[in-house]
Amino acid sequence: MNAFEYAAPRTLDEALAVLGEHGDEARVIAGGTALVTMMRQRLVRPSYLVSLREIAGLDRIEAANGGLRLGALATHREVETSPRVRERLPVLAETFRRVASVRIRHMATVGGALAHADPNQDPPVTLIALGARVEIRGASGRRELPLEEFFRDYYESALEPGEVVTGVVVPSLPAASGAAYVKFLPRTADDYATVAVAATVSLEPDGERCRTARIALGSVGVTPIRARAAEALLAGQRVGADLLRAAGESVRGAVDPLSDHRGSAAYKREMAAVMAGRALTQAWDAARASVRGTR
Amino acid sequence: MNRKIRLTVNGTARAVEIPTYRTLLDCLRNDLGLTGSKEGCGVGVCGACTVLLDGKMISSCIALAVSADGHEITTIEGLAGDERLHPVQQAFIDAGGFQCGICTPGQVVSAKALLDAIPNPSDAEIREWMLGNLCRCTGYYKIIESIRAAAQPSRA
Repeated sequence: MNAFEYAAPRTLDEALAVLGEHGDEARVIAGGTALVTMMRQRLVRPSYLVSLREIAGLDRIEAANGGLRLGALATHREVETSPRVRERLPVLAETFRRVASVRIRHMATVGGALAHADPNQDPPVTLIALGARVEIRGASGRRELPLEEFFRDYYESALEPGEVVTGVVVPSLPAASGAAYVKFLPRTADDYATVAVAATVSLEPDGERCRTARIALGSVGVTPIRARAAEALLAGQRVGADLLRAAGESVRGAVDPLSDHRGSAAYKREMAAVMAGRALTQAWDAARASVRGTR
Repeated sequence: MNRKIRLTVNGTARAVEIPTYRTLLDCLRNDLGLTGSKEGCGVGVCGACTVLLDGKMISSCIALAVSADGHEITTIEGLAGDERLHPVQQAFIDAGGFQCGICTPGQVVSAKALLDAIPNPSDAEIREWMLGNLCRCTGYYKIIESIRAAAQPSRA
């Protein structure tokens, strides 16, 4: 690893000031699982590290506008095991549970994972399907944007130099909704997905037709991808097995996978269609079950 | 760019001056002489470097020592008492939970963390918790048996 200066300020304002002073030379560190690994591999050589670990309150998981707000410094394990997350958005707890190993989940943070902008990660997929928004702070103030607009390219986010992710706000699902996360990984359980899909389905008040669906995919492009064509096929429709399968098939047009040791691009495209169909079917079934449960 | 940091390691206060880029694993092994924790993969996957930071297991090979300033570390050296092994260590011996031994410190520390969090885990919970600790001798069944034995109250 290269030599660097290290600061662990106690307040966010102090951290932003240090970042502003050092510009591109500085990197933010939280859990360190991504950054230290990249530094050990000499992929990045920052001359200044600003740790957010000593800033109190950045790790809160709290209720917000009927949904949830995950503080940037909350660990994956904290989200996975949070009673509040498990009760309100079990699909999100389950998604965080699928990341790497318990040991890594003790270290890796919500905000660090987003800022890393690795398209193979699990949480962004489900967060996008849930309509999450990311909170960003910089010297000039606070801004918020839909998470799907945050990811710009391979390991590239919308963060400007000097900005940090402070949290992510996740709306709750409407009544009569279902959600699912399907991680296809034919290798070991702690691996990145070969293809990952998250889907949410909300029903019309009649409980028979789909009002809206959202579907997002990971590991099939340079960023997580939202499949709007598939969503449009389902909106307003009386949904059956054929339509769910057709919606799954339609994601072929949205994905642009890279060939790697987890599979060829063609194979991943095939699996994206299959797994999207499965995720939508699970979300649809869960939505229907939630209607039956209340009648 | 050296830093003086203070750690509580296995219950003892230690102060050490290190370069900022020192990993926690290298600090423990080279600066503090605690060579029980091993470096396997060096990228947080294999679990040989597992230690507890404030009671939670982490990969010390991808943790910066400066980030642990002011915190408590437990390593494999801190598990046994003066006279007797930790129940997890004894169970690994009794049930044959190791072969070549390189992964063993990490396996034992992870298993201790598991039993601290879930005193009587199911086999599924043992497997999920331990999946980040690789054994290239592939002695996984004996490792699971060891943890199961350590969890039995009669042995504790």
